[in-house]
Amino acid sequence: MEKKITLSVKDLRKVIGRREIIKGLTFDLREGEVFGFLGPNGAGKTTTIRMLVGLIKPTSGSIHICGSNIAEDFKGALKNLGCIVENPELYPYLSGYNNLLHFARMLDGVGEGRIKEVTALVGLSERIHDKVKTYSLGMRQRLGIAQALLGNPKVLILDEPTNGLDPAGIREMREFIRFLAEQEGLSVLVSSHLLSEIQLLCDRVAIIAKGTIIRTDTVQKLLSNREKMVWRLDPFFKGKEVLGALTGIEEKEDGTLWTEYNEQMTPEWNKQLVEAGVSVLEMNRKMPVLEDLFLELTGGETIE
Amino acid sequence: MNKLVQNEMLKLIAKKRLVVIALIIGVLVILFTYAQYKQVQTQREKLGTSDWRTILQQQIVDTTNRLSSSRISDEWKKQLQISLQQQQYYLDHDINPAEPGAPTFMRIFLENSIDLFIPLMVMVIASDLVSSEHSLGTVKLLLTRPVNRWKVLLSKYITLCLAISLIIAITGFLSYAISGVVFGYKGFGAPILTGFHVTDEGLNTSDVKLLSLWKFLLMDLGLVWFVAIVVGTLSFMLSVLIRSTAAGMGVMLAALISGAILSNMVSSWESAKYFFMVNLRLTDYMKGNAPPIEGMNLSFSMSVLLVWWAAALLVSFMVFTKKDVY
Repeated sequence: MEKKITLSVKDLRKVIGRREIIKGLTFDLREGEVFGFLGPNGAGKTTTIRMLVGLIKPTSGSIHICGSNIAEDFKGALKNLGCIVENPELYPYLSGYNNLLHFARMLDGVGEGRIKEVTALVGLSERIHDKVKTYSLGMRQRLGIAQALLGNPKVLILDEPTNGLDPAGIREMREFIRFLAEQEGLSVLVSSHLLSEIQLLCDRVAIIAKGTIIRTDTVQKLLSNREKMVWRLDPFFKGKEVLGALTGIEEKEDGTLWTEYNEQMTPEWNKQLVEAGVSVLEMNRKMPVLEDLFLELTGGETIE
Repeated sequence: MNKLVQNEMLKLIAKKRLVVIALIIGVLVILFTYAQYKQVQTQREKLGTSDWRTILQQQIVDTTNRLSSSRISDEWKKQLQISLQQQQYYLDHDINPAEPGAPTFMRIFLENSIDLFIPLMVMVIASDLVSSEHSLGTVKLLLTRPVNRWKVLLSKYITLCLAISLIIAITGFLSYAISGVVFGYKGFGAPILTGFHVTDEGLNTSDVKLLSLWKFLLMDLGLVWFVAIVVGTLSFMLSVLIRSTAAGMGVMLAALISGAILSNMVSSWESAKYFFMVNLRLTDYMKGNAPPIEGMNLSFSMSVLLVWWAAALLVSFMVFTKKDVY
């Protein structure tokens, strides 16, 4: 059964001056899915997100959040939306609690009970009465999420949620976002310029460049057949000969050999190499780099 | 709406702006009190140590004698009667006319702070009310709530008006409480002259009335409040239009100071009277000082300020509700 559509964007355009920044975006978000917005800096991710949350007026096109058109029923639409646009900028001179209280007062029917709930959910209960200026970036990020979740939104929009976090923080954030989507049934839209992040986090992804969506697909489909395997062999020429007989190889300048990534065949190739007396010094699965993916998808067009 | 205003108040108090303003006012009042006290002292030394009550009594007798003379004009008579009333009041209430009480100090302080000092204090709050949300980036959170933009701005404006009222109250209270330590707290009933009109022929005193000082002070406070609201609204507009708090403050400060300079030199440039900044000294009309440009009077100045106020408010709301936020 198809899940319910929570966020629907149709032919969204934005013209600033004479330049068309966003050239007709169309996509839908469904309940319980994490949707990635992938593109290089300057592709129009942030502009699009700002249109989705009502900070910028679209030149044309429509945005529906849970059935309410943002241009006609701003209150009704924004009721179901939680967001962090760029960094979670909160009032540094207020305590975490007062920040949450401040934003809770702007929502109907959100009381102290809910503030306690979200504080516990993001694990900030101990420091919630400290001033925000004493918080670490990770804590601010969590407070930002708590703020976004206050109104029990159906749609959560996060712009570069792992920006500036340390590896532990990134992992924590990723797990938390997956939890929100899977357990709480939220639709989460995440933007990023890092392919690896999107790959680990998202169910579906839209690739955006120069204000248009190049492709929307599930992560598996987009990345299948694009992953590579990197081999470092000794002795090199013998190894090259053996491996070359098994599959297509590509020789790189740094003395490695690249083949396609194939889960079934890799152990077999490895066995053959070892049997031929070649030491396998390194076997490494390599993600396609965003740039390569772009080159492939855009047919050689460069990213600005 | 209540909750939104509560929010703005929470932020205003957390920023401790009002405390800073109260401190500045406190320090200035102490300075002026000392200056005034010094002046009174030198005056006393000049006059010698003789009892001021005897002198005052003698003056009253003199004035009464002159009044009984039939040769003086009616107008002069009226003036004499007024000064007689004043002198009698001072004597009855044991106030030395050469030494001001706290209420008089408060009046002088208000009259001198209306065109620069109070507007400056108001600016401290008004100029970053909106622009600070931009510089902190919190405007993105503020405007992505299910609350219409005009309501967000209105809550800020209401907060501004409340803060301005509070500043005026603090000014009144501190100038009274601090100066009273030195000059005494009496003198609210002291009579003061008002109702002068400046006409082409000169000062017209036909409508001159004797008012109790407390009534006069209430009027002064009202006028100061009105000026503060207008200046506050203009800074508020700049805060909406210009994202940098410093730039907004600079523009407003330049306008205020140019107003102070212009008032001294524009008497021949008549259309300058439509600038808001030459119309700020409303309390001068109460005392009968000549206006900077001919043809200006209290109702004219108030109308000019009212037009500026309305325009600033309109522009603020139009821009804030329409503008794209990056």
